Amino acid sequence: MTQSVVVQVGQCGNQVGCRFWDLALREHAHVNKKGLYDEALSSFFRNVDSRKSAGGACGVGGRIQHLKARAVLVDMEEGVVKEILQGPLREVFDSAQLLTDVSGSGNNWAVGHMTYGSAYREQIVDKLRKAAEHCDCLQCFFLIHSMGGGTGSGLGTSVLSLLEEEFPDVCRIVTSIYPSAEDDVITSPYNSILAMRELTEHADCVLPVENQSLVDIVNKIKIMSHSAKPGSVIKRDSTVISGQGGLSGPEKPFDAMNNIVANLLLNITSSARFEGSLNMDLNEIAMNLVPFPRLHYLVPSLTPLYTLADVSVPTRRLDQMFSDAFSKDHQLIRADPKHSLYLACALMVRGNVQVSDLRRNIERLRPSLPFVSWNQEGWKTSLCSVPPVGHSHSLLALANNTCVKPTFMELRERFTKLYRKKAHLHHYLHVEGMEQSFFSEAVDSLSSLIEEYHQLDATKARLIPDTPRLSIAT
Amino acid sequence: MSVVTVQLGQCGNQVAHELLDVVWSDAQKKPSRAASCERFFHHNTHGELVARAVLIDMEPKVINQSLSRAAKCGRWRYGEDSHFSQKQGSGNNWANGYCVHGPRHRDVVEELVRREVERCDRLAGLLAMMSVAGGTGSGVGAYVTQCLRDIYPTSFILNHLTWPYRTGEVIVQNYNSVLTLAHLYQLSDAILVHENDTAHRICSQLLNIKHISFSDVNKVIAHQLGSVLQPALTADSHGVYSRNPLGELVSALACHPEYKLLSMCTIPQMPSSSIAYSTFSWPGLLKHLRQMLISNSKMEEGIDWQVRPPAGSGRSTSLTGSSFNTSLANLLILRGKDVYSAETGGFEDPALYTSWLSSKEAFSLWKSPVSFNKYEKSATLVSNSQALLSPLNDMVGKAWNMFASRAYIHQYMKYGISEEDFLDSFTSLEQNSWNSSTLTSAAA
Repeated sequence: MTQSVVVQVGQCGNQVGCRFWDLALREHAHVNKKGLYDEALSSFFRNVDSRKSAGGACGVGGRIQHLKARAVLVDMEEGVVKEILQGPLREVFDSAQLLTDVSGSGNNWAVGHMTYGSAYREQIVDKLRKAAEHCDCLQCFFLIHSMGGGTGSGLGTSVLSLLEEEFPDVCRIVTSIYPSAEDDVITSPYNSILAMRELTEHADCVLPVENQSLVDIVNKIKIMSHSAKPGSVIKRDSTVISGQGGLSGPEKPFDAMNNIVANLLLNITSSARFEGSLNMDLNEIAMNLVPFPRLHYLVPSLTPLYTLADVSVPTRRLDQMFSDAFSKDHQLIRADPKHSLYLACALMVRGNVQVSDLRRNIERLRPSLPFVSWNQEGWKTSLCSVPPVGHSHSLLALANNTCVKPTFMELRERFTKLYRKKAHLHHYLHVEGMEQSFFSEAVDSLSSLIEEYHQLDATKARLIPDTPRLSIAT
Repeated sequence: MSVVTVQLGQCGNQVAHELLDVVWSDAQKKPSRAASCERFFHHNTHGELVARAVLIDMEPKVINQSLSRAAKCGRWRYGEDSHFSQKQGSGNNWANGYCVHGPRHRDVVEELVRREVERCDRLAGLLAMMSVAGGTGSGVGAYVTQCLRDIYPTSFILNHLTWPYRTGEVIVQNYNSVLTLAHLYQLSDAILVHENDTAHRICSQLLNIKHISFSDVNKVIAHQLGSVLQPALTADSHGVYSRNPLGELVSALACHPEYKLLSMCTIPQMPSSSIAYSTFSWPGLLKHLRQMLISNSKMEEGIDWQVRPPAGSGRSTSLTGSSFNTSLANLLILRGKDVYSAETGGFEDPALYTSWLSSKEAFSLWKSPVSFNKYEKSATLVSNSQALLSPLNDMVGKAWNMFASRAYIHQYMKYGISEEDFLDSFTSLEQNSWNSSTLTSAAA
């Protein structure tokens, strides 16, 4: 069993992270009835007995004493982290895992990346090392951050390069919250593009999430919960946005949206933590879904969004879950994968679903999904027997799909609008270590990425003949 | 005569477990019980039945499940120390399995196998069970087979492979399969193949299972394998159960070093609730089985009766367009009531085979008067024929297409497999494919 460390950077990163830890505890409490510190728990938590000497770390198999999250929390303002430490999750974090400053990054990527990146480098490496040392077998770093601000975006990507340098063998899965078009941070396009380059070069895979999609999903659920149509009453605590049953008290704003991202992370790791008839470890994600090193942007979609209170689940519902995974309403970025080209797709199923259900649905949906010519059957599947809390089954689809191209192009548009007029540029160039070439290189990197997706898209319409096979000399 | 099972990866461990279950439960209350148990189990100091098996996986969940399930069932169990697992799997990466995990854990694995082998009074051979789609079964499996070949050069080593569903379980499954097969061809004495697709169809169409799980699929595979490996009387065993089952299988079927892929089909297969209401006759069963062989039908439903062996006219395609399946060699295993009265002449028809061997040499027959797994009469045919040509071709074709775009290659190169290695494997498999496809019937 392997362990993963979550690194949450910036306000958004920490708020999402906080929801993640809450829901993780809830999930394990649901599954782990005996109170034993088992392998599944150890993937995200340490078990600490403060009465023991030498840090008090307890091995797997004993009773749960004190669970500590395998996390490093970084923020250049104190507000969010302080709130976490005063909230019900305070026991889960050790002060040694935190790094804060007072003044924030002023929504400036350069400040986050250059100024704080170099100032706090030693300390960050130190904390990461400690977290890694507590692990028997560290498999993956989960970085959570937003792209539009200064800390999450700048310092977050600095941490990413650090992770690559110091822990080259450990997988880096980055969850990036992309700003919507109506973002209130004016310089978010600059920050996002500067960060994108880092993600393309240093991450193993990126799970892009757009705020607007989260808002849409939350609204959809709220409409459903208030509709009170007979037969459509939502089962309590079963929505993907619900945090009930966790430690935290009443919901704060953004909690609903952040719960979705937290659920995404829980579902991605479920097959690595719990047993199933077809397991999927975290290293298999990159292996199967990243055919070329730079094309590692995987569009997530989660279904179902809620479970209806009606307990009997006919097979039709199950099939509906699979169909929904490909609908544009369930994607976590504003994209329509069905009308773009699939390079690869992973289906991670949890709960009471058998291989025949999986195969039936793949066969059913396959004809309507365009796959690239050299990967016509590009499916990676996994079956985990443990369902998420409140559901009897769920599906997470990760698609490496060219539908990210429009998102990136739009981002570049917004960037160009600002950059053309050199708006706010001086704030960045004033930062020590920052040069204008960073901007042009970053946008070039994005353009070449878009071009790669474009090339693949171009093959969609064409009929690509099979490559001639090797022939045997007779 | 004992068989040591080496279970590799999730699939290998899951299928092997089902096989041991089938063998054990079939052997109960049968006169062949002692021979059967001796083959796969031994008694420990507490009198418990312990499997002659080594469990290997690069991550612990499956092995833990297997060990506890066996211990709980109270019928047989795995040895306390007969397993080896690591924390982090092979990530579906053949190169990671073959170049990194294999060599790293070579000593431990060899030691575990050595212990089991030394526990056998007489070793019939080693049966390595694995899948070809993932990283551990395929990569570590290929490496371990190589080590075993080095250490036991005179023992029989059979590999049992489970081929994945054609419509993707793992995206890089075709790469992993090509690399595995190319390597195993050099190392294995015989390669027994089961396809998930076929087993799945048997579950849905013959066994009428509505919600098919991997457990159901694995049970079908185990049933077929079990019907081959349970004790039987062979031509050379002189009235007692054969002491050399793996050796006899290899010599019966793997007569040429370039033709080692063996397929199998078993008849009848039906829901266990229907068995009591069915009667079987040897002529009926054998007629179906023969047609299944000729028309390359892997199960009893949808057999194409139009396909006939060529009758000297040189053309070997039927009216329906399906072509005739030429065999190199066949092994028929009959188990059950009145087995001595079964007429097997239909399988000795020279038209079924190529001209290299006389049909007398190409066809072998094993019998056992003891029934198998609740079927009053059952027949299994293990074939060295063109049956696997189509799925093999499919696999190589898809892998080649992907290779042409160099997709995912960087993942393999990270661990030490180069483009050259891929090309070598492709070349080797194309050669095998071509060999198989050009087999012509003796009658043509």
